[in-house]
Amino acid sequence: MVDLTINLGFIKLRNPIITASGTFGYGLEFSPFLDLREIGAIIVKGLYFNEREGNPPPRIFETPCGMLNSIGLQGIGVKKFAEEILPKLTDYGVPIIVNVCGEEDDEYARVVEFLSSKKGISCFELNISCPNVRKDGKCPAISPEWTYNIVKLVKQSTKKPVITKLSPNVTDITEIAISAEEAGTDGISLINTILGMAVDIETRKPRLGNVFGGLSGPAIKPIALRMVYQVVNTVKVPVIGIGGIFKGVDALEFLIVGAKAVQVGTANLIDPLAPLRILNEIKDFCEKKGITKIEDIIGTLKVGD
Amino acid sequence: MFVDSAQIIGKKIWSDWVLLSLKTYKIAEQARPGQFIMAKVNDSFHPLLRRPFSIHNVSSGEIEIFFQIVGIGTTILSEKKVGEKLNIIGPLGKGFNITSSVQNKEYYLIGGGRGIAPLFFLAKEIKKAGGKPYVLYGAKTEKDLPLLKKFWDEEIQVYPSTEDGTLGWHGLITELFEHKLKERNKIEKIFVCGPHEMMKKIALIAEKNKLDAEYSLESIFGCGIGACWGCVVKLRREKEKWVKACSEGPVFSGKEIIW
Repeated sequence: MVDLTINLGFIKLRNPIITASGTFGYGLEFSPFLDLREIGAIIVKGLYFNEREGNPPPRIFETPCGMLNSIGLQGIGVKKFAEEILPKLTDYGVPIIVNVCGEEDDEYARVVEFLSSKKGISCFELNISCPNVRKDGKCPAISPEWTYNIVKLVKQSTKKPVITKLSPNVTDITEIAISAEEAGTDGISLINTILGMAVDIETRKPRLGNVFGGLSGPAIKPIALRMVYQVVNTVKVPVIGIGGIFKGVDALEFLIVGAKAVQVGTANLIDPLAPLRILNEIKDFCEKKGITKIEDIIGTLKVGD
Repeated sequence: MFVDSAQIIGKKIWSDWVLLSLKTYKIAEQARPGQFIMAKVNDSFHPLLRRPFSIHNVSSGEIEIFFQIVGIGTTILSEKKVGEKLNIIGPLGKGFNITSSVQNKEYYLIGGGRGIAPLFFLAKEIKKAGGKPYVLYGAKTEKDLPLLKKFWDEEIQVYPSTEDGTLGWHGLITELFEHKLKERNKIEKIFVCGPHEMMKKIALIAEKNKLDAEYSLESIFGCGIGACWGCVVKLRREKEKWVKACSEGPVFSGKEIIW
């Protein structure tokens, strides 16, 4: 038996596998495929205060070992989520994390204020890093000050723990991580997608309606791993690793580097059983290696001799 | 919805057109015309995403998919051999509505190119329920109409059209449709699947003739199960909005589609 429980300090998880926002719908979409309660935690698709249109299609383009998306955070808004989704989702008894979005800084506060009183939400993840919201691909997570301000504002607006999700589209990820920590974030998750584009040479049009999109999938894992390693060595708050996790070995790499948990994202779109398959592969590895407690593997990277 | 590792039990190829038969009991049992499956064509990260395929035919414990080789996914799939397994998810989406009493009612089923795929299953179901399906099957040239014999074998009336006149009506399927409308004036409904421009033209004709119509829309699918919101199409509902083609469609009523 392997003890798979993870203590993030502000929340205890039965295992380190979390589903990443935007890749797992509002959770219920996956209930025909797997027992949701076996997942460490579910992060639901990013929510703005109101319903949101999203970007014009095409919204998806496949690239070698990856995909670009420019969904643009189309979504149902907090009221509909609280009324129609949350009561059903809480029945599963799986920790629910809401990914929070905002058009303006103050919308983040309004979203968490509204949802903090609702039963069944464990914590929030601040989506300050979606590249698909503004035409120029900019987001708060590209600036230390902007990051600081939003995290601070949200922390003042809720008593629930807050995870801040960072963008890889920066020159120095550690600067942003420090800002988030100084503003009081309880945890950090990274990376969001990498800003990219693709062109159809026949029509000479961009492959995405929004021109730019976010690259995800196995192609981005080395970048994600490097950034997680940098952040883990910079901040004290727990770090959650995201980026191209498709197999148990991928998740284990992030844990060894020092992530306390991981998020499975794009893999969900291809294999709806991915979260539990990956979990089983981690379990098998631990059993084979005689590791009795998954936490013993975290941050065990050996650099140098 | 099931994830299944389905064995390929039959395969036919006509130049770049492929028909695969898959053993998959649960999916076959639940499938309705217009629904689709998502297939992972290999175990590799390239291509990464699953590919959607309309359910072309269902018989006891088996389904068929019919596709044209157009890119990397369909090329790999076309190279699969009988006996190999294919990982599929299905049945997915909402199919064609043939719930009202079908008995003796007449339907035009209009399929352009690979858009014919879901209409074979639909025609069989309409016929089984006592309705009369008339299939219009159009393509560029004769070799792109490999399914004609299949319709004949089921004794389903099918009218081919080719743009180069090598078989059947010489011209566009949309022109054939206008012509055929003069022959029958008590059409209950039309069901359409094909390239966007073709369906748009059909929609204009259907509207002019006040015909009830359903269209199976094509879009780039990410997941096929409603999770990623990648495949949206613009619909007229309580207001104009982007709606997921995979889980709320791919079949939509002509009344709500914004072409």
